[in-house]
Amino acid sequence: MSYSPNTPEDIREMLAAIGAASVDELFAPIPAELRAQSFALPGGMSEMELLRRMKELAGNDRPLIGFIGGGYYDHYIPAVVDHLSGRAEFYTAYTPYQPECSQGTLQALFEYQTIICRLTGMEVSNASLYDGGTALAEAAMMALRVTGRNRLVIDAAVNPFSREIVRTYLTNLGVEIIEISSKNGLVDRQALTAALTDQTAAVILQNPNFFGTVDDLSDIATAAHEKGALLITSVYPISLGMLKSPGAMGADIVVGDGQSLGNPLSFGGPSFGFIATTKKYIRNLPGRIIGETLDRNGKRGFVLTLQAREQHIKRHKATSNICSNQSLCALRGLIYLTSVGREGLVELARLNYDKAEYAKGVLGAVKGVQLLNAVPTFNEFTLVLAKDAAAVVRQLLDSGVAAGVPLGAYYEGMDNCLVVTVTEKRTKEEIDALAKQLEAAL
Amino acid sequence: MKLIYEKSVAGRRGLKLPASDVPRAADLPKNLVRQESAGLPEVSELDLVRHFTNLSRRNFSVDTNFYPLGSCTMKYNAKITENVAPLFADSHPMTALLPGGESSSQGALGLLFELGGLLAEITGMDEVSCQPLAGAHGEMTGIMLIAAYHRAKGNRKKYVIVPDSSHGTNPASAAMVGYEIITIPTAPYGDMDLDAFRAAMNGEVAAVMMTCPNTLGLFNPHIKEICDIAHEHDALMYYDGANLNAILGKVRPGDVGFDVIHVNLHKTFGTPHGGGGPGSGPVGVKKELIPFLPTPRVIMQANGSFALETSNPQSIGRLANFFGNFGVMVKAYAYIIMLGREGLIEVSEQAVLNANYMMAQLKGHYDVPFDLTCMHECVFSAARQLKHGVHAIDIAKYLIDRGHHPPTVYFPLNVKEAIMIEPTETESKETMDAFIAVMIEAAEMAEKNPEVLHEAPLTMPVSRLDETKAARDQNVCFGPW
Amino acid sequence: METYFTKEHEWVKIKEGVASIGISEHAAHELGDITFVELPQMGKVVKQFEALAGIESVKAASDIYAPLSGKVIKVNEALNDTPEIVNEAAEDAGWIAWLEPADLAELKNLMSRADYDTYLKGLE
Repeated sequence: MSYSPNTPEDIREMLAAIGAASVDELFAPIPAELRAQSFALPGGMSEMELLRRMKELAGNDRPLIGFIGGGYYDHYIPAVVDHLSGRAEFYTAYTPYQPECSQGTLQALFEYQTIICRLTGMEVSNASLYDGGTALAEAAMMALRVTGRNRLVIDAAVNPFSREIVRTYLTNLGVEIIEISSKNGLVDRQALTAALTDQTAAVILQNPNFFGTVDDLSDIATAAHEKGALLITSVYPISLGMLKSPGAMGADIVVGDGQSLGNPLSFGGPSFGFIATTKKYIRNLPGRIIGETLDRNGKRGFVLTLQAREQHIKRHKATSNICSNQSLCALRGLIYLTSVGREGLVELARLNYDKAEYAKGVLGAVKGVQLLNAVPTFNEFTLVLAKDAAAVVRQLLDSGVAAGVPLGAYYEGMDNCLVVTVTEKRTKEEIDALAKQLEAAL
Repeated sequence: MKLIYEKSVAGRRGLKLPASDVPRAADLPKNLVRQESAGLPEVSELDLVRHFTNLSRRNFSVDTNFYPLGSCTMKYNAKITENVAPLFADSHPMTALLPGGESSSQGALGLLFELGGLLAEITGMDEVSCQPLAGAHGEMTGIMLIAAYHRAKGNRKKYVIVPDSSHGTNPASAAMVGYEIITIPTAPYGDMDLDAFRAAMNGEVAAVMMTCPNTLGLFNPHIKEICDIAHEHDALMYYDGANLNAILGKVRPGDVGFDVIHVNLHKTFGTPHGGGGPGSGPVGVKKELIPFLPTPRVIMQANGSFALETSNPQSIGRLANFFGNFGVMVKAYAYIIMLGREGLIEVSEQAVLNANYMMAQLKGHYDVPFDLTCMHECVFSAARQLKHGVHAIDIAKYLIDRGHHPPTVYFPLNVKEAIMIEPTETESKETMDAFIAVMIEAAEMAEKNPEVLHEAPLTMPVSRLDETKAARDQNVCFGPW
Repeated sequence: METYFTKEHEWVKIKEGVASIGISEHAAHELGDITFVELPQMGKVVKQFEALAGIESVKAASDIYAPLSGKVIKVNEALNDTPEIVNEAAEDAGWIAWLEPADLAELKNLMSRADYDTYLKGLE
């Protein structure tokens, strides 16, 4: 059952038109010694059987009450997002190479680019990248191209997975990466300025950072610019309903992961990465970009533009090898933000913030629990436990709760530290329960 | 059609949020908060729904039109596969990375492991990593694996060889890994010139990137020899799986001699294209390269449970936040187990049959740069029509007016006025005949009435958009806000 | 004034010891509407046939190679705002850069206009 409609009669007719005796004959150009040595796959199944099998598989995943983030956030997705992005004209279309019959996708992506600019306070955005981590790597490569330098300074409080991705991307390119250790969840400004030289292409920070700390990076932007370096910031989009935008801080390139914007957790993907910058760097942006124009009758329309940057034209000199972006996920992000709306995002950010502040208070009051620091946070914060955090998390998993991300695996000397994430989906009851569970475990 | 911003009215709300069940906390210091809320749209839910519903109706799509884009494999996306993806919607990826968390993610980890195994068997490779997020990402990952292999052996390699018919992502990916590109021209028999290849091959070549069948839809008769020549110089063979739809169950790149491959789940394995993503580009390797696979690696333990290996010292590192585009993988996994062995073999047979049928019916009307049995796609040239001043793009625009999405045009680059048609196995003879009739009509019109083709399209919301103006104006964001 | 051409479709004219360079009408026509010219850096030193600058159209991107060895002493800033000048007058107002030539004897490696026209016919 391959979804091929060809009946034996169809096959006969087509073979006659081709002048071949059998379908096998069409494979004749392939020498016998190159034929598959094995194709040991199970037999197929009906839809009904498939559904049963998939439900069985999914049933092996245990649902947990999640106070975990690590770059992916459990936010409520409005019903309109599935409903509209599930329209076949959106999801079974291809990349809009023929603009006249793709104005749906093209206009949606133009609106997406606009929304990213408005959210981040930047001037231009592309039509999405794969995810937040690869977007950060692409931003780093962009800064290297723009400045012609080959050194990067990166704050260790940037998501550890994203930092790994940056390193992986740059492995073969002879780039020096200087990592600045955090001081108690805060960027070590002294060490950062010391590392910043006129050979630095960019300084890379995350706001809020992996520990949850919220900061104003404007002074770092100034310091970087004085040395001719760029400021790259990775941001958490929901937080931008409340926090100062990276554009307002003077960032040159802004990236982040769009999962929290209408894309389900789905065990890690798909989501999308966003990248935004100032007008002067537009030609250095990787990936697809949609531009506004007029048609032959003066009507407004949208097209893929500045394609000369991309792989299908520039090949090995392209700004990036990226071809597919994450169009449908970006569309979901646009629909999500439109549904939540201007005032809604402010309210949503407030909900997240208030609940996290409440959790900070309640959890911080538990015996054996302290806050890592007293700095401002948004919806994530770091606790210091009297016991090994990994052991506590393991224990609490049995009660069906993922209490937080223990930092021992990612930061040396932080075995007792736990990053707790609170979104609008967490209730007061769940937070109070977590406090009791923590108390029992410590 | 107006932009959503042009439909916004201050104060309009969409989603209703719940009230807070906790007290309002003290505000953050002023220097940390934004002074003005972000200029997001302000529309009612009905206006939102109308806007996006009407936008969607401006698209051609597989579910509405024949969409024979060569090299893209626009096959039907089975709806049941759409239904099963949400079964994993609430699985948090971080769970599996928590201490003791793997036991709460056995479903997802199991699917990842099984899918890797199925893809390895389909392609004849020893292990597959599903982490790369798209085909091009898989290509880059594959070349990084090759670079790691050479580094571990102490080999000094500078070059990657690609044929001139290759997809742009091939040389772009190799360049991202720091290699220089050597391009080999296409021979009259339609594939990489073997003599030129032999001459270019030397001890400094790290890899050769090929796709088979190639972007002309032709199976390279010398492919085994090419693999042998490369291996003699310790250059590894990379297989771009974009055209795997032609050979499912017939040929396995691993058997032929390829060392590293990637597959496109959104092409061969029927996951939807989404208007340009998300895709998924799993990478397969022969056992010599297993030590370098990306982190984390999904393994099955002795007791049959699934776990993550996160501390492999030789791994090239991480290419994605977590495990890859899992939601896409669920659909591909469902597709593979639903079709099963016989179903997958039928895919390549019917795909190749359909493409040869198109070739047979159209070759009298369009130039054929390489008159050979094609595989799953066929390439024509509009050179004959150009004599009357009609370009491939004009034919494409005419097809739009007649309700068909055009085939790929102007690719591959080594064919003038290229038209690449890939019907896929899911199209019926009636659909193909309707398309063939319009193509023949267009060919006739090119001779008798070329102005009609230049006027096209007339039935769409816009016609012949000024791409020069777009590139010069660089208007990529709607302002002001 | 004699115009010399390269196989890669660049031209060079010498006036008072200064080499003015650009891309040929043929090249401009092949590229289509020019959308961007990546001008070389002032003071850049190049060898004959080395990559000097870049040019982009909607559907293509090309390197521009130096017809002669020399140092860049002037660039056509007007092309930043109006790259279409290259389409309008590729061999005149659409000049890209001026070089201080290192060795005029290198002109012997280039084609005269007549030879270039013959060369173009051969390419068809």
